[in-house]
Amino acid sequence: MSPKPGNESATLTPMAGRSGRWYSIRLEYDSSRTRSPWWTPILSVVLALLLCAVFIAANGMSPLVVYEKMFRGAFGTSYGFTETMVKAIPLLLCGLGIAVAYRISVWNIGAEGQLTVGAMAATAVTIYFPDLSSFWSITLMLVFGTAAGALWGLMTAVPRTHFGVNELITSLMLNYVALLALDYVVFGPWKDPKGFNFPGSPMFTAAQSLPVLGSTRLHIGLVFGLVAVLIYYLMIRFTRWGYELRLIGANPTAARYAGIHIKKHIIIVMLISGGLAGIAGMAEVSGVTHKLMQGISPGYGYTAIIVAWLAKLNPLGLIVTSILFGGLIVGGYSVQTIGLPSSISEMLQGAILFFLIAGDMIHRFRIRRSA
Amino acid sequence: MDFTTQLLIAAISAGTPLLLATLGGILTERAGIIQLGAEGLMLMGAVTTCIVYIRSGNLILALLAAVAITAVLGMVHAFLTVTLRANQTMSGLAMTLFGSGLSAYVGKSISGIPLPGSLPKLDLEILKPVPVLGELFGRLDMLTWFSLLLVLVLHLLIHHTSWGLHLRAVGDNPATADVMGIRVQLIRYCYVTAGAALIGLAGADMVLAYAPTWNEGLTAGRGWIAVGLVIFARWNPLRALFCAYFFGALDSLGFRIQLLGSAVPSYFLKMIPYVVTILVLMYLGYRNRNKPSGTPESLGTPYIREQRF
Amino acid sequence: MQDPSVEMRGIVKTFGAVTASDQVDFSANAGEIHALLGENGAGKSTVMSMLSGVYRADAGEILIHGKPARIRSPKDAALLGVGMVFQNFRLVQSLTAAENIVLGEKSSFWRGSRWIKRKHEEIEALGERFGLKFPVDRPIWQLSVGEQQRVEIVKTLYRGADIIILDEPTSVLTPGEAEQLFETLQVMKQAGKTVIMTTHKMKEVMASSDRISVMRKGKMIASLMTGETDELELARLMVGREVTISRQERAATAGEPLLIVRDLEVAADHGRKALDALSLTVHEGEIVGVAGVAGNGQKELAEVLTGLRAWRTGEIRFDGSPVKTASVRGAIDSGISHVPENRMKSGLAGRLGSVDNLLFKSYRSGEHSRFGFLKAARNRSWSQELVRRFNVKTPELDTPVQQLSGGNQQKLLFAREVSHRPKLMVAVHPTQGLDVGAAAGVHELLMELRSSGSGVLLISEDLDELLQLSDRILVIYGGSIIGESDHEQADREQIGLMMAGIRSREGSAV
Repeated sequence: MSPKPGNESATLTPMAGRSGRWYSIRLEYDSSRTRSPWWTPILSVVLALLLCAVFIAANGMSPLVVYEKMFRGAFGTSYGFTETMVKAIPLLLCGLGIAVAYRISVWNIGAEGQLTVGAMAATAVTIYFPDLSSFWSITLMLVFGTAAGALWGLMTAVPRTHFGVNELITSLMLNYVALLALDYVVFGPWKDPKGFNFPGSPMFTAAQSLPVLGSTRLHIGLVFGLVAVLIYYLMIRFTRWGYELRLIGANPTAARYAGIHIKKHIIIVMLISGGLAGIAGMAEVSGVTHKLMQGISPGYGYTAIIVAWLAKLNPLGLIVTSILFGGLIVGGYSVQTIGLPSSISEMLQGAILFFLIAGDMIHRFRIRRSA
Repeated sequence: MDFTTQLLIAAISAGTPLLLATLGGILTERAGIIQLGAEGLMLMGAVTTCIVYIRSGNLILALLAAVAITAVLGMVHAFLTVTLRANQTMSGLAMTLFGSGLSAYVGKSISGIPLPGSLPKLDLEILKPVPVLGELFGRLDMLTWFSLLLVLVLHLLIHHTSWGLHLRAVGDNPATADVMGIRVQLIRYCYVTAGAALIGLAGADMVLAYAPTWNEGLTAGRGWIAVGLVIFARWNPLRALFCAYFFGALDSLGFRIQLLGSAVPSYFLKMIPYVVTILVLMYLGYRNRNKPSGTPESLGTPYIREQRF
Repeated sequence: MQDPSVEMRGIVKTFGAVTASDQVDFSANAGEIHALLGENGAGKSTVMSMLSGVYRADAGEILIHGKPARIRSPKDAALLGVGMVFQNFRLVQSLTAAENIVLGEKSSFWRGSRWIKRKHEEIEALGERFGLKFPVDRPIWQLSVGEQQRVEIVKTLYRGADIIILDEPTSVLTPGEAEQLFETLQVMKQAGKTVIMTTHKMKEVMASSDRISVMRKGKMIASLMTGETDELELARLMVGREVTISRQERAATAGEPLLIVRDLEVAADHGRKALDALSLTVHEGEIVGVAGVAGNGQKELAEVLTGLRAWRTGEIRFDGSPVKTASVRGAIDSGISHVPENRMKSGLAGRLGSVDNLLFKSYRSGEHSRFGFLKAARNRSWSQELVRRFNVKTPELDTPVQQLSGGNQQKLLFAREVSHRPKLMVAVHPTQGLDVGAAAGVHELLMELRSSGSGVLLISEDLDELLQLSDRILVIYGGSIIGESDHEQADREQIGLMMAGIRSREGSAV
């Protein structure tokens, strides 16, 4: 382990003389440097690419070819770029929700489940109210999807606030519950009778589908995402609520002394976080797949964690990182054509997160010559 | 064989990977470091075992490889959290993501290929005539025996040795341990590494004793359940034994009920372990609301020596 | 004359721009109790921390028993026989007293019941010899503060220390317990140990030490034999000028009763009773001091009054109307301000700048926000004005407050708490960790509040501060007020006895 913290300094020159003075070079830890330089996210992406190149090369492939293929697949063609944007929508919505929660150190990792129940609730509208007008079905689907996601978020928040249960475990367990519930409905009660026994709900009608831009697959969910980012930015920056979140994030004890109800805020934040993921789920079924089926999310909820962290919870950064990761997912699919598994993108994501958290800390160490 | 014996055997079989992973978590967290990478580490342990076992046909080599790889990953976690003092939650999440991605990536080629063998069982002739126990113990494999032995060893280690005293001191109050001449960072490195290796072994046990072949994401959240079990067991190896077997029983109960021809869809039965995890944690939280929970006090906070020299 | 067992020459230590130890020479002999006297922040603890290996000196040399020593870590110090009892104990709460004492021991891997029994006997015998009694087999968190200190002392003795440093040992003790400690120190002295004690209390120094070294602002001022000096000389050396030990004269300003607390019962975190039938009254324009040894309910009292903690039974009336439920916001709105015990832990958000920190309590008011939106520009100029008025030295308004000095942080906190014209201020250890100048500034602010007609409830462990500022002093013990004395008749000794739970001079224990 090369860089050691300051106290275990590597003495280069041993004691000089009897006087008790010594000279050495050591690494010093400075906890006050909380803001890491702007280039750490970029550097961590580069390093993650290098690390994964080793694994690709070990598999007998040329990393350059693979990365080129991924890049072309994601950003090289207009079809690919549209696909990237389509994938960026749920990442942006979920990432935003996660960012709100992480501002006050509520570690929601349940966006995957919240997205899933959002998609299920939206589908429920199409199944139980099949003949609504376009406006009413989309509105109802949006409302139900948001509410279901928010409810799922609430189920994470209440154990934390009232029973002291770590939200990481709860939100993750609920992901599995949501996925099993999804399996149940698509194999059982909601299975399309005309679907040749494939697990999945009946196709949505045009009235139940989100409008798309031109003839692409890019749907209006993008607008939901961008509007949500704008609202997030305004709320955090200019409102009392944003100030309260800032205070809780900086020092929860002091926030309590200032009369802020932290439990209330945890619940609000988890409702928002779950609700945004629920919107993502609704947009996914209504805008992309047009039916409920297994695997509607290729791990958007988990990828969104990195999206939020990489953006340092910053609204503008969120837009950039969600497009980048949308591209990573699409790129992952495109390398399947040369016989590589798409899990390569998941591996890259994990590696990016590793380097990112290391990079956030490493700049706090300084080399000092001590006398 | 009656239903109870069967359930007991199934509970032990499903509970052993949970037990190993929980013990690994206990070691890591006793040293004051949160380990949320259990899921990824288990997957890496499982996939390494499969690849090496299929390629070499040597079980021992496969187990050693699994332990070695996850130990290295454990050191990465230790480097990030102990040396760099990075956010332990995030480092664990990264481990889980990276582990599931990498295991799926390297495991693609062996997905679905059955393993050349399974764990040898220990034949205990003396126990054979004993009614339930004979049947039970005759069916336990080496890793199960190892995990049982480990429970005892870790219990004694933590409570009756100098190492254990140092471990508890480091987890509760690293500053004091440091002043007393205990090497906090070194101890943390050791236990995080050892803990990760045990979690890797849990993954190996999953494929060897529980699921017959490698499949992407085959742990299905068991790593996370183990994270919860560490809390149920209140960082105590003996309690971990009961908690792990209880969850093993829950896990296999769904399957058994289904075999009995229950009308409840299997999806709901499969939810039981996840839902029970949340409910038990809530119950414990409610019951212990006015008590110290037994959590190592420095858990989650990196140790920084007063560096004003 | 014998050779000194400890000799420090020309010790220099700087923290950033502050020189905590400036060419300090110090020596102590075996078989003597040596007091290192100085005000808070004079550098006593820093010098001793270098002797015990916590800090490394920038320059200078240390000789132990006449030989040059290189002390780079607490381990080095322990090997040389130097042991230190820190002000905040270095004990692991979940381990037993005995486990804490043997913690550093590397020998004997296996620790079965026989080994443990042997160690218990060994430790008990050691404690007995020096008059230090405590239960060896109970976890630390179950022991009283006094007992914990005994564990710390036995720990250093067990590890074979013959140079024992005690950092402000009496600050956590009742006067009775302090007496007991001095007896222990005498036994150690007789056993030929070098005992060094840092303190800022002159009375104790006079009563218990053989030799006194005085430090002021990082410099060693003098070293004298205790028999050849007196309190007045020590005070002059400590502060650097003539000081009058008498209290300030003042005009009586007390008016209507502002806060009335009747028979309050409050539970602490783990269900224990923290306040028990506590009653007190604070009038307008009055400073009421609450004296007591830490852990007798002061923390809970402050929390209840500021709305942070609910109470079980009893009655609180503030400003003429009854307080119904515990609510921080309610307390803020009704005009109660709070200077909490640990400013960086609960008073300020270190990562945020001055504006955000000043807004803590007032951001909800119409003056600072409207329709849920903050009035950004207005709040900035308001903060600028406060920073100027309270003379807070900060590079920029947005500089994270963790980068300010302790005194400036406290000024910022007072600026916030005073800015909304409180009717009552609950101040807990407001001068802790501040240097003399900053502490004087805080005292001035409290006196200003008093003369403007506000009430102040001053909770402090510093009896001198209480005697200097308070119109009345209440003594808290075991969660109740067990005694009261007013400004004119306040008597150190009697208050000290009450702090130990003894109600009157006749010595009837509570």
